[in-house]
Amino acid sequence: MTSVEMGIPEMPAPDYPAEVRERLEAEARAIIARYPDSRSALLPMLHLVQSEEGHVTRTGQRFCAEMLELTTAEVNAVATFYTMYRRKPSGDYQVGVCTNTLCAVMGGDAIYASLREHLGVGDGETTEDGKITLEHVECNAACDFAPVVMVNWEFFDNQTPESARALVDELRAGREVTPTRGAPLCTFKETARVLAGFPDERPGAVEASGSAGPASLAGLRLAKGESTPGVVAPRDAASDEEGK
Amino acid sequence: MTTVAPHDGEQDGTSPQPERGSADPQKLLTPVLSAHWDEPDSYTLAGYRRHGGYRALPKALAMDPDDLIAYVKDAGLRGRGGAGFPTGMKWQFIPQGDGKPHYLVVNADESEPGTCKDIPLLFANPHSLIEGIVIACHAIRSNHAFIYLRGEVVPVLRRLHEAVREAYEAGYLGPDALGPGKGLELTVHAGAGAYICGEETALLDSLEGRRGQPRLRPPFPAVAGLYACPTVVNNVESIASVPALVDRGKDWFRSLALGSEKSPGFTLYSLSGHVARPGQYEAPLGITLRQLLDMSGGMRPGHRLKFWTPGGSSTPLLTDEHLDVPLDYEGVGNAGSMLGTKALQCFDETTCVVRAVTRWTEFYAHESCGKCTPCREGTYWLVQLMRDIEAGKASSADLDKIADIADNINGKSFCALGDGAASPIFSSLKYFRDEYEAHLAGRGCPFDPEKSTAWADGPSSAHLEVNA
Repeated sequence: MTSVEMGIPEMPAPDYPAEVRERLEAEARAIIARYPDSRSALLPMLHLVQSEEGHVTRTGQRFCAEMLELTTAEVNAVATFYTMYRRKPSGDYQVGVCTNTLCAVMGGDAIYASLREHLGVGDGETTEDGKITLEHVECNAACDFAPVVMVNWEFFDNQTPESARALVDELRAGREVTPTRGAPLCTFKETARVLAGFPDERPGAVEASGSAGPASLAGLRLAKGESTPGVVAPRDAASDEEGK
Repeated sequence: MTTVAPHDGEQDGTSPQPERGSADPQKLLTPVLSAHWDEPDSYTLAGYRRHGGYRALPKALAMDPDDLIAYVKDAGLRGRGGAGFPTGMKWQFIPQGDGKPHYLVVNADESEPGTCKDIPLLFANPHSLIEGIVIACHAIRSNHAFIYLRGEVVPVLRRLHEAVREAYEAGYLGPDALGPGKGLELTVHAGAGAYICGEETALLDSLEGRRGQPRLRPPFPAVAGLYACPTVVNNVESIASVPALVDRGKDWFRSLALGSEKSPGFTLYSLSGHVARPGQYEAPLGITLRQLLDMSGGMRPGHRLKFWTPGGSSTPLLTDEHLDVPLDYEGVGNAGSMLGTKALQCFDETTCVVRAVTRWTEFYAHESCGKCTPCREGTYWLVQLMRDIEAGKASSADLDKIADIADNINGKSFCALGDGAASPIFSSLKYFRDEYEAHLAGRGCPFDPEKSTAWADGPSSAHLEVNA
């Protein structure tokens, strides 16, 4: 996507195969129906086309433009503004290490460096087996669980370089991985479908990992007299208490 | 009812600082939104209803919308998303009888570095938001509400999808939700990764399917918001606080204030960083960081507080001088910062403030939407200079230069993102200029980042008892 084309304009992107197009059209119409104005459907529709091909292709952008009566330039302007839309083929699992200040200081920088070395990839790059794309991400609203790693936008709280390396090894080995908060991991494409507004139909996905993580309950437990003020519980034991 | 009894705010508000280590959490904390998060089904409709959920709704629907707005205004509820604007007043600005659709848009784009309250709230108690939305839509005469949730939190999105489905099934949403023939639709909309979309007008552009860039004001969203129609944009916690306020009454709500009378009510404080026990602490506005640290075990063992943010990285840094500042809009404002989102990021003496500010500056440069020049260019140049300063490759003139650039961003940008980018620069230079100079004199960073990590003191250190 970074290559600059000079001279002859690019040919229009090819369309989806007919059966794919038919399925996506029905889903796009369901998305459009949620809004008083069809253009509001563009962000969820970009998630939808991302769930089809794993990234936002020119074909996907053309599809969005046709469905919403926009130009492909208008769609491209939006698709390139938001960081969650990928512009090139990537792995099944997007591993994002928070390196905003608080997580970075608490160990996010060390985790990120360790994963880069362990996986042998740089920022935004994908392992050769096509399993993992490594990224650093910005603050993901889980600072009381720092340092945090997100995989396909599910929470892996209180990570260390060791736990993060073990995590990516499990993913590459194809074993089922369960986040600290969130549902057992599905692929990036399946995640993108939930983001398009189609509920996760897997049994137990909504219930998975309980009501709240341990840190979310810190104040409540104090208020109820269930933990002693001034005495610090070990971090890892705290998660056992919650029956996680 | 496991909720702690409403606290006698007057007594504590006028008493001197509690003795160190004597803070009684059972008296100071007031879990309302978080009161039942420890129950396994707190996020379900059944779990919410078991503790009085949706009890405020019929009471609110029986009120005249204008009376409801006046009630919320009298209670003194102020926006919990950062700016602290009175919620009832925002609702009152919506023109009535204008023949246009009205919209309520809930800002669930929680992305301000350090801020982590709305995400656990929505994960554990999404129905408090939905009940609040129905009440607010009655007040502003809206028949369509939106929740704009940042995209990067799929576990929360799942629970919102399910909670909205349950609410439709139970008739709290859908046809006749607001009375016979008065329906209410609620759409959950996932964003796609852009901090700027937390700015309310950028959020509206994003929700309209555009690049999330702020709009010129006026016109304000109350007049021309979503689809150029009157729109209220409220933070998650503001709206989620409304049901409890209506249920228990404005006098109860007003009684919850440890600081200024102008800042009443319960709210979520988020402790993070080098503290012994990070997490969510729901307390009346006006509690102090000292009280929160005293009750929760203080900083991690053997370390002391160096600097902290009262409400995310866009609020100027404070130091251990400010431990007794009441954490309400007035108290933190008087201390030269802003209450913001009550994201109390606490850093101890192992942390390099120049490194912290450099990273935040990189964040603002990355998230600058590019619409206005001071922010787009200014944050870029701040990053170049901060990286040089951190690496000890800069001169002392560069310290004046970053202050000058920050001054050219602050108040001169299109929206508050620029002001936020300037805050860490100004405040860190104010309190820690010597540390900047140490980087220059020593030709590098004098800190060992390994010492700041969560595992620096070994996994067993946290077993120790702490004298907070």
